[in-house]
Amino acid sequence: MASNTNYLLAVEELTVSFDGFKAIDNLSLYVDRNELRVIIGPNGAGKTTLLDLICGKTRATSGSISFKNRNILGMQEHRIVRAGIGRKFQTPSVYENLSVAENLEISYPSGRGIFGCIAFRQTPEMRERIHSVASTVHLFEHLQTSAAILSHGQKQWLEIGMLLMQEPELLMLDEPVAGMSPSERERTATLLREIAKNRSLIVIEHDMEFVKRIAHKVTVLHLGKLLAEGSMESIQNNPEVQHVYLGH
Amino acid sequence: MDFLTKLTGGKRGALEIAVLLVILAAVLPLTLDIFRLNLVGKYLSYAFVAVGLVLLWGNTGVLSLGQGIFFGLGGYCMAMFLKLEASDPVSTKIQSTPGIPDFMDWNQLTALPAMWVPFKSLPFTLLAVFLVPAILAFIVGSAMFHRRVGGVYFAVITQALALILSLGIDGNQGLTGGRNGITDLRTLLGWDIRTQSAQYILYFATVVLLVACVMLSRLLLAGKMGKLLLAMRDKETRVRFSGYNVANYKVFIFCLSAAMSGLGGALFVLQVGFISPSLVGIVASIEMVIFCAVGGKLSLIGAIYGALIVNTGKSLFSETFPDLWLFLMGALFIGIVMFFPNGLAGLLDGFSQKFKKAARVPLAPPAPVPAIKEEAQA
Repeated sequence: MASNTNYLLAVEELTVSFDGFKAIDNLSLYVDRNELRVIIGPNGAGKTTLLDLICGKTRATSGSISFKNRNILGMQEHRIVRAGIGRKFQTPSVYENLSVAENLEISYPSGRGIFGCIAFRQTPEMRERIHSVASTVHLFEHLQTSAAILSHGQKQWLEIGMLLMQEPELLMLDEPVAGMSPSERERTATLLREIAKNRSLIVIEHDMEFVKRIAHKVTVLHLGKLLAEGSMESIQNNPEVQHVYLGH
Repeated sequence: MDFLTKLTGGKRGALEIAVLLVILAAVLPLTLDIFRLNLVGKYLSYAFVAVGLVLLWGNTGVLSLGQGIFFGLGGYCMAMFLKLEASDPVSTKIQSTPGIPDFMDWNQLTALPAMWVPFKSLPFTLLAVFLVPAILAFIVGSAMFHRRVGGVYFAVITQALALILSLGIDGNQGLTGGRNGITDLRTLLGWDIRTQSAQYILYFATVVLLVACVMLSRLLLAGKMGKLLLAMRDKETRVRFSGYNVANYKVFIFCLSAAMSGLGGALFVLQVGFISPSLVGIVASIEMVIFCAVGGKLSLIGAIYGALIVNTGKSLFSETFPDLWLFLMGALFIGIVMFFPNGLAGLLDGFSQKFKKAARVPLAPPAPVPAIKEEAQA
């Protein structure tokens, strides 16, 4: 049973096994409010699987996940989203047939049920939110642009913007700067630090320079288990982590 | 966007509807005799299914090969009412049990089955025409979409259901009229539906209701629902992780398309005067998908032309080469899906775009991407 904590997210003794292979093995992890946590680890460490488990895409074999002291394990994906958890995928997942503004509109948390959707009308508040989110993610100039012709980096930003529209309390980003130019990385780092001021973030990243710039705390996963956790400095000086990353 | 523009689909949509109305409500009635016009009315009743398929297959990305089920259920509901009216004790007095439909008497039934009793009421029947198909669609859709059954599996399961239903009707002769179906329908509340004037009225009623279905669909697609369905076809997972229950939307559209098909079935029965299990089964269901594919699975108006063209072709061709028709139909379907995935409407769009491109100065290439990079480096 999950323990009662003050943490925003408490993952406890989580295990998932695919035909006997334990992708996540007895993992416990706690995320504070307004914390920016970065998860690193070699390929196959179970980073993406962990996010999949939290957002309900994959079902856990055992363990517990509680969000604001409420068990979310086994909840349907859309209910987890409505509870306040947003997820960005590794490859930018935006609606290419719609404009930037329409992408953001669909992510606005109103008219989500069938009848709400039929009766849905654009409100001034919604338009304001779309404008403010679009400027946060540097896409204000491109509101009417089709999402299909955005650059790779802009698509990543748009997806972050779509998550911000939902006003989640926890945002999970899977490799948000993959494929970005150095200047785009710079802007994304600023963006993420800005976002983390009033919500929690879990970020999976490989780029150590980027991690150094944004992380409050770093968690290292290896073979589905927690290898180390702490500040970036302590992680970099951890012999076990060095061993895993640099080999024998 | 105001209500009226949404309803008609803008300037171009209004023009499409106007052209369709001129053809259906003026040109055809003035040039065809009542026998041929009645045939057109029959084809138009299939068009309701095709319009439903544009919503379901084209816009939601769910292919159902069992839409004949819903067409048939709507048709059977209407036929049951008409049959009961035609089986009053006076006109059935030579039967061993007067007052029940003739096929029941032939099957040694001595009382009206409970299932038939509510169909003595016209209001109940009119509701049932929509609700029976919609409720079945709700049950089937909920069972499948919430379990994330989709694509080919959904198509095969709906096809199996069409087979089950047509066999079920076929096998219960006393209850349903069996293979012969329900025939010899005469009057609707005393109004003889076999007369020429009735056939004209029913034809125009069909045209009006069909256009109403198209406008209702346009209204739905012009709002948030249209964008959401587009987003679902593009990135279903993303929609789910934006807090939407994707399955509910699929169930809703499936029910809507079923209700439209049911209405089509009822109008078919009123105009043609009978219904049989062959209109419910696999072949009928697949034919309806072909109407939609030929017209264009994304074009509500195209689906209507698809139903008209394929059916006209069918009656012309099958008069001369009855055995070859099914092969031609199969070839047509494969050809359309492979070479013109958006059907006739897609072809037309292609032409008009080429024409517009030739007429216009070439567009300046969109240049937002380099702009932001310069800004970022500065």
